[in-house]
Amino acid sequence: MMVTARAMVRKELHQISRDRRTLLILVFVPALFLLLYGYALNFDIKDIRLAVDDQDGSTASRELVSSFTNSGYFTFAGAAHDGRALEWMIDTGDARAALVIPAGYGRDLDNRVPARVQVIVDGDNANTASAVVGYAGAIVAAAGAELVAQSVSGGAGRAPGPLVNLETRVWYNPQLRSALFLVPGLIAYITMITAVISTSLAVVREKERGTMEQIRMAPVSPLAFVIGKTIPYSVIAFVSAVLIVLVSMALFGLPQRGPWWLLFLLIGLFLVGAQGQGLLISTLAQNQQVAFQLALLSSFLPTFILSGFIFPITSMPAAVQAVTHVVPARYFVAALRAVVLKGTSVEVVWPQMGALVIFATVMLGLASLRLQREWK
Amino acid sequence: MAAPNEPLAAPGPDPFPGPGRRVVAPDASASGNGVSIAIDVQQLTRRFGEFTAVDRVSFQVKKGEVFGFLGANGAGKSTTIRMLCGLLAPTSGTARVGGVDVATDPEGVKRSIGYMSQKFSLYEALTVDQNIAFFGGVYGLAGERFAARREFVLDMAGLRGREHTVTRTLSGGWRQRLALGCAVLHEPPIVFLDEPTGGVDPVSRRQFWDLIGALAAKGVTVLVTTHYLDEAEHCHRLAIIHRGQMVALGSAHELKGVFNERPILELQTAHAVQAMAALDAMPEVEKTSIFGTSVHAVVRSAAVSPAQIQAALEAQGIVVTGVGVVTPSLEDVFLDVVERTEAQAQGGQAA
Repeated sequence: MMVTARAMVRKELHQISRDRRTLLILVFVPALFLLLYGYALNFDIKDIRLAVDDQDGSTASRELVSSFTNSGYFTFAGAAHDGRALEWMIDTGDARAALVIPAGYGRDLDNRVPARVQVIVDGDNANTASAVVGYAGAIVAAAGAELVAQSVSGGAGRAPGPLVNLETRVWYNPQLRSALFLVPGLIAYITMITAVISTSLAVVREKERGTMEQIRMAPVSPLAFVIGKTIPYSVIAFVSAVLIVLVSMALFGLPQRGPWWLLFLLIGLFLVGAQGQGLLISTLAQNQQVAFQLALLSSFLPTFILSGFIFPITSMPAAVQAVTHVVPARYFVAALRAVVLKGTSVEVVWPQMGALVIFATVMLGLASLRLQREWK
Repeated sequence: MAAPNEPLAAPGPDPFPGPGRRVVAPDASASGNGVSIAIDVQQLTRRFGEFTAVDRVSFQVKKGEVFGFLGANGAGKSTTIRMLCGLLAPTSGTARVGGVDVATDPEGVKRSIGYMSQKFSLYEALTVDQNIAFFGGVYGLAGERFAARREFVLDMAGLRGREHTVTRTLSGGWRQRLALGCAVLHEPPIVFLDEPTGGVDPVSRRQFWDLIGALAAKGVTVLVTTHYLDEAEHCHRLAIIHRGQMVALGSAHELKGVFNERPILELQTAHAVQAMAALDAMPEVEKTSIFGTSVHAVVRSAAVSPAQIQAALEAQGIVVTGVGVVTPSLEDVFLDVVERTEAQAQGGQAA
């Protein structure tokens, strides 16, 4: 058994090294995706172009405008002198937000009368819009608090400040860099590609080219065949995933706060399940095209969309949230974030590990059932 | 296609004497003349739902025999081979390969056979050496035995010096010989070849059949399917399979005996079309066909003389420049057997 399995593994490695296209997919596509997503897929919001309609023109109104533009979140896109010009700037995208300060703003402040300002936000990108609303609210609140402080102190002594003061601390990713949030998802995604797609294609290719027939005519047991097909791709996917972690550390400052062995164990668990899925697909598909489609639909898309990789699961509709429970990447991504970013260990991620073990067991079980039936 | 009128390679009652290096398993049943039986098939049947792919096929193949399986695509050749290789369980009937029952011990069968299919079944992206190493590993060859067998295959396939050539870049003939080499790497006493010569040039095909002959001379039993009827002449015995049933069995010489009482006449004439029409109208002519520049006519009795037919044609003003009796080709035999089987089947349905 071991001899045949070793022959299978060696043959598979020879084939992989010969098949430049597969090698390219396995080695360079993950790196490309990392760079692409790491740099381009950026949810950080800064330098929002702000149109200003200052109808007041007072010192106070100019101070408010500069507290926007000095915040780092907004840049001055231009002055609009009426509602129509302002609308035009937002429509053309010259401005993504607008600040309207009505006439009498300065006078109201001088008279200790609550003044009103308006912020208009382009809502075509909901994520950005909600962030802009948050930033604008914070800036205006800070400006208001300062004015209150000045009026109460009356110039004498130390300013007492507002009664309730919000002190925000963002843990684990203080600069809120998207890259740190995305890399765990990328590892899941890359592992899925190498494991599910390449494993299924590697088996189906043998069916397509007729070599499967030859193998089945030989005294090769299904187990030896499965070992021969999974070990080479496990090694490649594992190396690829570790490379992604190392590159992310170098390029994006990804921390590894938890134990390394746990990181490797998680990658390994996820990998075994993914390969089980790949094998299962290979028993269902008769040609590489179908295998690729099935692999894409069953692994790549759920990993991308339903894992919390990019889109938060908690904001999905309840029905979709229910579906995410059978997506292994969901558990993997959550566990990776916990281990890599938060530095937690088994005491926190054991439920996710359990889910991955269950997934792997189910997939390998189904695959071996199907394979044994096909072998007969 | 010109019929090769060469004498049969192996006439006589027992053309395969001499002990081989390998001995077929002792429990193999023995036929009357003491030659052991390598493959023993009795009433072998395989159904897929309502469809009967192989219908009560029985035959025996002697050790060291080259046994040919002829049949159209879908006739049941591959299904039979798959059952004999332990890949597909028979619905009923028995098959013993090397003394091992394929239904009860398919894995045991796999160890004692070699298999090569029409697709060459090699890994085309791998080099010659990597392919040999893979099949060696799969059959558990190692050390000196593997080294010796590797040498054997390289010599046999004529691939010495090309060990590191990628298989895909080899010509069809070389790939085919390499595939055969990989199939016999573990020295199986029985080899199954499923349409091994598809897509290979005539010279390579001849070389391939020489290799098969050499294997058989060493005592290896070869069961080969083909639809190249000319090369089926290389087989010691042939079975013709039609719609899952074995409709003829015997040596090429014996099979051609169906034309002993119904000779095939070959007529040279410039007016082939008219000649065919006239011949078809004659009661003593069974059927006609165009054969190159001449017309072939099967007559209903050996008593009908060529001269008689020639005279009858010339009486109708069709000039015949030459006439004679031709040796039937296997193609003639095959088509005749299939046509008559079809006619019988239709007669049976009509009755």
